[in-house]
Amino acid sequence: MSDELLLSRRNALKCMAFGGAGTLFVLSGGVLAPLDLAKAATDTPGAAKLGKPLFVQISDTHIGFNKDANPDVNSTLSQTIDLVNGMAEQPALIIHTGDITHLSKPAEFDLAQQLFSRLRTTEMHTVPGEHDTTDATVTEYFNRFGKASNNKGYYSFDHAGVHFIALINVLQFKPGGLGTLGAEQLAWVAADLKGRSSSTPIVVFAHMPLWTIYEPWGWGTGDADQLMSQLRRFGSVTVLNGHIHQIVQKTEGNITFHTARATSYPQPAAGVGSGPGPLKVPSDQLASMLGVTSISVLKHPSSLALKDTALA
Amino acid sequence: MKLRRYRSLSLSSTKLLLCSIAVTGLLTVCGPATADPTDPTKIVIKDFNFAPTPLTVKVGSTVTWTNTDDEPHTAVSDTGLFKSGGMDTNESFSFKFDKPGTYHYTCSIHPRMVGTIIVQ
Repeated sequence: MSDELLLSRRNALKCMAFGGAGTLFVLSGGVLAPLDLAKAATDTPGAAKLGKPLFVQISDTHIGFNKDANPDVNSTLSQTIDLVNGMAEQPALIIHTGDITHLSKPAEFDLAQQLFSRLRTTEMHTVPGEHDTTDATVTEYFNRFGKASNNKGYYSFDHAGVHFIALINVLQFKPGGLGTLGAEQLAWVAADLKGRSSSTPIVVFAHMPLWTIYEPWGWGTGDADQLMSQLRRFGSVTVLNGHIHQIVQKTEGNITFHTARATSYPQPAAGVGSGPGPLKVPSDQLASMLGVTSISVLKHPSSLALKDTALA
Repeated sequence: MKLRRYRSLSLSSTKLLLCSIAVTGLLTVCGPATADPTDPTKIVIKDFNFAPTPLTVKVGSTVTWTNTDDEPHTAVSDTGLFKSGGMDTNESFSFKFDKPGTYHYTCSIHPRMVGTIIVQ
């Protein structure tokens, strides 16, 4: 990867720190660059210079949540959908990284699907969060979103030369522990990647972070190392998660990790307070923590402007 | 063993809100379940902790968990004996323990939250 590309990519990552209702990923020279959705949605020509809009990531919609931290999660999701629909060139895919609902209730899932149905981009890929699997039989999510994975929760697909892998890490919790992928799923990933060219761009997405951000709060996946060892040979790997309702990123070699903001409510930074619950903020600050009003913060994202964006 | 669920809020959140606002008389039905710390069969979930733990009860006791956090929690037996489902704020779950033993459970949403019930 050239220095210029690296720099652009790094700046694109910084770009995310200002948030957005979602994140747009564009494909440019085999490398995925994340862009603030709110910015990209209002500056399609600038975003288009970076590459083709490939997908938008949204996360942690928590339909059913109604506490002070955000009494109207339907509205903030709708604003996100409006932003996506307002893009001149629609992304090919929507990826939802889990916690679609707050309590896995049928009515919550139904409402979420009703809201999602307004998206102009109709191809949506999802993975469940732990909030989506609290029903006694763990069937509500899979009845609605299980088809792609044959109810396993993990599957892969190809789009525009990119190989996408959806993983589930919220079902095998061990007491006091982190999320788990499990031996069966890891073996499936190995088989899925076998024989695939190392030049294939890879996107992996799951709900809980696939690296340990903060173990005391379970912000990580215990056996993620076994996944990463399978991904290291690839030249471009993007790992996407939700769960922690804030943006955290890191890069390890060719693997770039992103956690997304929620469309629902913010959570405290790691270790602040008694636990990872809803963070109550003054109502005039809420939108900025969900990113829905960040449109005017940044300069236009283009391949050149990214380098010029004063973020550091 | 029959799993009994006492979900104090079976209505949707919206309906509940309307219920609470419109019909004061239903507040006792729809309102918060009262968690009595002196009741030997009550477990209160507060600030991402189960309390008390361990809880010792007699055989045949029905133990009730009540969540007082803004964040939902669950109580899931390590052996699969019971699973509460998501308890939202002020919702409760109960389970009757018919056999003596030591029962470990966790919150499946926040697996660092663990508790133990000793049935004698």
